[in-house]
Amino acid sequence: MRIKVQQEAFDLGAEISAHAQPEAGAVVSFLGTVRDYSDAADILAMEIEHYPGMTERELERVAREAQRRYNILDSLVIHRYGRLAPQDPIVLVAVWSLHRAAAFDACRYLIDVLKTSAPFWKKEITPAGARWVTDCPGCRAGTQHGHVHPEVVEEL
Amino acid sequence: MIHVKFFASVRERLGRSALELEAAQAVRCVGDVLSQVESITGASLSGAHLLAARNQVHVPFSEAVADGDEIAFFPPVTGG
Repeated sequence: MRIKVQQEAFDLGAEISAHAQPEAGAVVSFLGTVRDYSDAADILAMEIEHYPGMTERELERVAREAQRRYNILDSLVIHRYGRLAPQDPIVLVAVWSLHRAAAFDACRYLIDVLKTSAPFWKKEITPAGARWVTDCPGCRAGTQHGHVHPEVVEEL
Repeated sequence: MIHVKFFASVRERLGRSALELEAAQAVRCVGDVLSQVESITGASLSGAHLLAARNQVHVPFSEAVADGDEIAFFPPVTGG
């Protein structure tokens, strides 16, 4: 179980190789990138604020819970903060297990739970100014695919 | 002392990232800390969707506080 909260960019392949598990038959990874939340404005950058100390604690708690719930060998969570550009990687969750089912389930669990509990806040920087991204019930549920973001509805 | 921290839109609304409160009899729970913050800063946070942490763990506003605690207020998280 490894947690990294950092400003620096990371490389998915390099991180997976660096944390290789000899007994693992599966590694499932999720890579989150900076996306354009809004149809109305161009996103120039995304600023991510966090709560140093609590962030690490909370990510460790979620990773421990994944370890308890699923039959996995190891997990890695990297979350960036600071100023990011569109398409930059923000978050990486990787899970190693003997067989694929546990790795898929645990990876999904980790990203869904950290989105609602780890103290990070995104601010979009657009040509018209900056604004905080608000949380979305659909994203929070994690299982509602294809939902519309409320703030986008407002602007249409 | 109770160490109070603010993050993201809450920090911006208050124009500060932290303040120190005397631990007093009237400050029994996280909700009392918030009332003190509002009276000191003159800002109203009651309309905002607020979350709280005590010593870096998510807690409800009814959570008891003690001298030396770190209490934080912030909006719903949007990481990932």
